[in-house]
Amino acid sequence: MAISYTDFSFSKSLNKSVPIWAMVRKEISDHIRSWQFIILLMIIIFTFFASMYVAISNLNSAISNTKDPDHLLIYLKLLTITDGSLPPFHVFISFLGPLLGISLGFNAINSEQQNGTLIRVMAQPIYRDNLLLSKFISVTILISTMFLTLSLLMIGGGLLITGVPIEFEEVVRILSYIIICVFYVEFWFSLSIIFSIRFKQAATAAIAAIGLWLFFTIFYNMIINVIAKVIIPKSNMFSSSPYSWIETLFHMAPSQLYTDATTTLLIPKVRSLGPMSMEQMAGAIPNSLPIRDSLLIVWPQVSGLISVTIACFALAYYFFMRKEIKC
Amino acid sequence: MKTSIIELKGLTKRYGSINVVDHLNLNIHKGEIFGLLGPNGAGKTTTILMMLGLIEPTSGIAKVCGHNSISSPINVKSKVGYMPDNVGFYDHMTGLENLVYIGQLNGLSRLEAEKSAISIMKTVGLDNALNTKTAAYSRGMKQRLGLADVLIKEPEVIIMDEPTLGIDPSGVQDFLKLIKTLSRKHGLTVLLSSHHLNQVQKICDRVGIFVKGKLLAQGNIEQLSEQLFSQTSHQVSITLSEPVKLTQEEELALQELAKIEHIYKENSQIYINCNKTLTPSIVRFLVERNYNIIGVHQKTYGLEDIYQKYFENQHLNV
Repeated sequence: MAISYTDFSFSKSLNKSVPIWAMVRKEISDHIRSWQFIILLMIIIFTFFASMYVAISNLNSAISNTKDPDHLLIYLKLLTITDGSLPPFHVFISFLGPLLGISLGFNAINSEQQNGTLIRVMAQPIYRDNLLLSKFISVTILISTMFLTLSLLMIGGGLLITGVPIEFEEVVRILSYIIICVFYVEFWFSLSIIFSIRFKQAATAAIAAIGLWLFFTIFYNMIINVIAKVIIPKSNMFSSSPYSWIETLFHMAPSQLYTDATTTLLIPKVRSLGPMSMEQMAGAIPNSLPIRDSLLIVWPQVSGLISVTIACFALAYYFFMRKEIKC
Repeated sequence: MKTSIIELKGLTKRYGSINVVDHLNLNIHKGEIFGLLGPNGAGKTTTILMMLGLIEPTSGIAKVCGHNSISSPINVKSKVGYMPDNVGFYDHMTGLENLVYIGQLNGLSRLEAEKSAISIMKTVGLDNALNTKTAAYSRGMKQRLGLADVLIKEPEVIIMDEPTLGIDPSGVQDFLKLIKTLSRKHGLTVLLSSHHLNQVQKICDRVGIFVKGKLLAQGNIEQLSEQLFSQTSHQVSITLSEPVKLTQEEELALQELAKIEHIYKENSQIYINCNKTLTPSIVRFLVERNYNIIGVHQKTYGLEDIYQKYFENQHLNV
């Protein structure tokens, strides 16, 4: 008797987990068919192939440059080298990523509310947070699929062209690069979801999110520069160490976190993100860092990016749970 | 023994200092069609959303199908089908896809959902618009799809917020008839909210008049008019075959009859105001005096008058 009871409760709890996957499926199919996603996907694919083309045509000189300690890590080279005509792919992503995140999220909640579908879905026997959760899960699946596909394309293409097998270290570096990319886009996505919960009009939410993005990419550095000039006395200009917090502030912007993390991961010879003194440089052997050390260097950046993403998600969650569904 | 399927006890919702819903007590029995009537902004939608657990009441209890809608909203929502006043669909999906999605949210598998969605769309008369995108649906079709949406979860209770809003008169007729037959066939309890009295009048077993967060009266139409017009006069108009020539003493006798308040003559018609239904005795009185009556009309009060009456009172209070 007891067994049949547990069996019953088990099948029931299984049944209850079904709706969220139906929601995720619907969200993904919505995104794939939406114009904003298609357009941004096209742009990203285009920049990917353009930067790959530039990288491949310069690969020869990069590999034969024996002064470069990591000249033999071909697949990382593919992602990073350029002849100056086009920025490398990860730099493109540092400003296309936010756009992608914003475009996926700016109308997530408010358009459903305007169309009257929000209340209809809320009247079904699902938990309120399932709606928000399904949006996050679907975007995560979508973005990671996209980056993974592009990276695999790059690796496959590289393998075909050069015939050099990929090294384990490169796999780890590229995978962690993908994870950082996903979190970076997710950060902007959750930020724009917050705006879409707070603002009734999708246009307002989009403008607010893009405004914040512009602030971080353009004005943030300017403002900090101005403040730094006011605070730091002119005579002390060369002893920067007491004012390293200004340097820290520079590195707080999400795009800077992303750039720092990705450059360190993709270019193994980068051994510090801040300024280095001559003493520190003196004993250093010009060699590339092993993956573990690279990860140690970017650990603050990575954890900062992840934690800020989670904080934004939590805030979106909080706002959504407290939101009045009516009107 | 009638069992209550919706029980509201002292339900209150406060926004700022205003009680949008004010200590509402209401019992709705299984299988009946209840009409919640009230002007815009009376708190009907708020009440409905509190029943579904989508708005948390400031105080009071809402119980639907035996579940508390605050502590276990999921159980309530799996048994209650709710159709909002501005029912919206995912425009880029077809009617069938919209319906299947809602079916899946109710725990049906894709196949089951599709099967029952097709049969329900037949029931509501949308079988030739199965694969049309809902963006191309007319208002009446959307309303029907909304009903299908409610039915796919096989509810015990259907709650509809202004179901007749924006449909043309013949569409309203069909729609309400559909609701009534479905309710009778499956023993569903239906709660309608509306400000269209005459429409609701036709299909409701009971109505409640809801103004400014308070339920002023409830019952069926006859009970309501009795509650309301017991003190006020009834009006009887009698048409005779020839112009009225009542003598002075006859008029006095008529007034004697039952304290008739007022008699008004016009050509061949007599209008009589009296304090209760005296029509038979008035007719007998006239027949005995050899008047040829060709028509008697006793004015009855419909929902419109009831509604009007409550609103008048409400305005006076303000």
